[in-house]
Amino acid sequence: SIVFQGEGCRTVPLSGHVGFDSLPDQLVNKSVNHGFCFNILCVGETGLGKSTLMDTLFNTKFEGDPASHSQPGVQLKSSTYDLQESNVNLKLTIVSTVGFGDQINKEDSYKPIVEFIDAQFEAYLQEELKIRRVLHNYHDTRIHACLYFIAPTGHSLKSLDLVTMKKLDSKVNIIPIIAKSDAISKSELTKFKIKITSELVSNGVQIYQFPTDDESVAEINGTMNGHLPFAVIGSTEELKIGNKMMKARQYPWGTVQVENEAHCDFVKLREMLIRVNMEDLREQTHTRHYELYRRCKLEEMGFKDTDPDSKPFSLQETYEAKRNEFLGELQKKEEAMRQMFVQRVKEKEAELKEAEKELHEKFDRLKKLHQDEKKKLEDKKKSLDDEVNAFKQRKTAAELLQSQAQQAGGSQTLKRDKERKK
Amino acid sequence: AGPVESRNESAMSELVPEPRQKPVVPMKPTGINANLLGYIGIDTIIEQMRKKTMKTGFDFNIMVVGQSGLGKSTLVNTLFKSQVSRKSSGWNREEKIPKTVEIKAISHIIEEGGVKMKLTVIDTPGFGDQINNENCWEPIEKYINEQYEKFLKEEVNIARKKRIPDTRVHCCLYFISPTGHSLRPLDLEFMKHLSKVVNIIPVIAKADTMTLEEKTEFKQRVRKELEVNGIEFYPQKEFDEDLEDKTENDKIRQESMPFAVVGSDKEYQVNGKRVLGRKTPWGIIEVENLTHCEFALLRDFVIRTHLQDLKEVTHNIHYETYRAKRLNDNGGLPPMTVETEENHESNL
Repeated sequence: SIVFQGEGCRTVPLSGHVGFDSLPDQLVNKSVNHGFCFNILCVGETGLGKSTLMDTLFNTKFEGDPASHSQPGVQLKSSTYDLQESNVNLKLTIVSTVGFGDQINKEDSYKPIVEFIDAQFEAYLQEELKIRRVLHNYHDTRIHACLYFIAPTGHSLKSLDLVTMKKLDSKVNIIPIIAKSDAISKSELTKFKIKITSELVSNGVQIYQFPTDDESVAEINGTMNGHLPFAVIGSTEELKIGNKMMKARQYPWGTVQVENEAHCDFVKLREMLIRVNMEDLREQTHTRHYELYRRCKLEEMGFKDTDPDSKPFSLQETYEAKRNEFLGELQKKEEAMRQMFVQRVKEKEAELKEAEKELHEKFDRLKKLHQDEKKKLEDKKKSLDDEVNAFKQRKTAAELLQSQAQQAGGSQTLKRDKERKK
Repeated sequence: AGPVESRNESAMSELVPEPRQKPVVPMKPTGINANLLGYIGIDTIIEQMRKKTMKTGFDFNIMVVGQSGLGKSTLVNTLFKSQVSRKSSGWNREEKIPKTVEIKAISHIIEEGGVKMKLTVIDTPGFGDQINNENCWEPIEKYINEQYEKFLKEEVNIARKKRIPDTRVHCCLYFISPTGHSLRPLDLEFMKHLSKVVNIIPVIAKADTMTLEEKTEFKQRVRKELEVNGIEFYPQKEFDEDLEDKTENDKIRQESMPFAVVGSDKEYQVNGKRVLGRKTPWGIIEVENLTHCEFALLRDFVIRTHLQDLKEVTHNIHYETYRAKRLNDNGGLPPMTVETEENHESNL
């Protein structure tokens, strides 16, 4: 028999140093050897400084030409970089929206973003459901943080912002930021932040809260939660201020220092996003957002947590079966559409053939008409020619007669003259 | 008729439908090394991760297998410097020797340096104690697979727990009797079967009965026999992750293992220090003295350097193997039920 004495088990004291306090180090070392990955999604209208902010945040110039805005809809551009600091290797993926907010009709603007996020969850789910899977070596592409760039209008959120954030808040950790905030004065900024926060709350948008359960970070995280949305400025240009080189933006009326907390919240953003909560962002993505996606997806496919005994294989089998069924249906639809297309083509072809036939007939008729006309004209020409020839003949004949007559008259005159002379 | 036909073709091409919109997925990312110009703070993730793991705490499940009287409980208590395993005082005349191997799992919470660990020691009384020990590893293999099954069931739930309780056996210490000759058929049979499903660490028990030369020779013979029988004990060669691992592990596999150990929970005064030891008329055997026995090596190996790795190999390899088999043929294994109380005969 199996005896479990575990639930609510006792704590026993140790009589000496055992050494398992090295366990966190063992775990961390393994992770370091493995490398980490972090994926950020930047959502915002064109021109709000998304790429500049990423450059500033990670202190580097990520190569890449500014995205071409030639495509009509909203696109997502993704790039992965290998960064290293001390012994930490980070695979950083930055995904940015391209063309967000450019459309006249923005009703569907949020869709590509949601689809993208879901696609990453789906890829992970597929791997997780595989029979032979390699989860511990899987390159995790799920989005850990979504920086939502708010335009510095100073008034309120745009309806596009509210709609988009509402669609994203159950799928990703949203950190709203006010972009290019050097366009707003300090007093306006406070009002703006309050307005934004109240709009988010009244619309039920759940943004990411910096965790306050661990005492070591509870205080700073709690304070920072009150500073959201962060008003940021990005700049990779370094200017000499005093005797130090600093990242700044120079205006005729003064210089805005990026890392000066009195000027903007950039330092706060960096602190929260990278130095304090990067791990929590990854964990929330996995344990909350991904689990929600997985649960919804499996329920959608008709699974229920009812039958405990037959689960392991039936889940796998049924999932495969449903997926094949779904794909089969898609194929059928595609086939049907193809058939319809072929049908339409045939019909159009027939129409065009008819038209062609008619044209041919018309052409033939015209040709005949033309030939008839031509013949008529030729006949007329011939008869005219004949007349002309006849006329010419008469003319020649007449001229001949005339000259003959003249000659005869001349000779007669000679005869008369001769007679006179006698 | 020429011009009319070409006009038809261009009209046709307008009818070809646009390709079906595929969902937006990124291309396979290519790493581009970016030059860092200043401190970002990425390396703080180590601290962040450490803090999180300290908060959640750890589970560790260790199984001990071997005939009665080989000092299994004592050794575990010595390893963890606490009474985590109850010593059996041998079978009284009133008690019947159990007909089958029993599985006894006892959990305790131990804490050190802010690290909380739920340690479960799984004892296997009755193993190898019968006259006919055929298939006595089966209940053990069954237990191990049952823990994999439990975990799998939790994993495939729709609504899953945030942290799935881990009762899987991370490490199985197999106790070899210090006969000085060779491994017994039972040892080979057990390890052959179980090394495929769990991390086995063979230890030579009660090593204070062998001299240094006898010990070295015995160890060599055991290693050879294990190799000849194709038994892959932990750390398995095929799971070495990189060259560094391989070098470190090769040394352990080819020189140190199997560890010849002595266990004790009694302290004695030696050279002004209190040490764990065994008192004999001819001297005190200091358990943690490397010149006396290899207990300290075992302790460092299992607890101080490879604890996390034992768990990871169990999770990433043994568990995955079980899962794949289960999902693939779902009949290859005997039907599982988690409730076990009714199934086992009462032995009392």
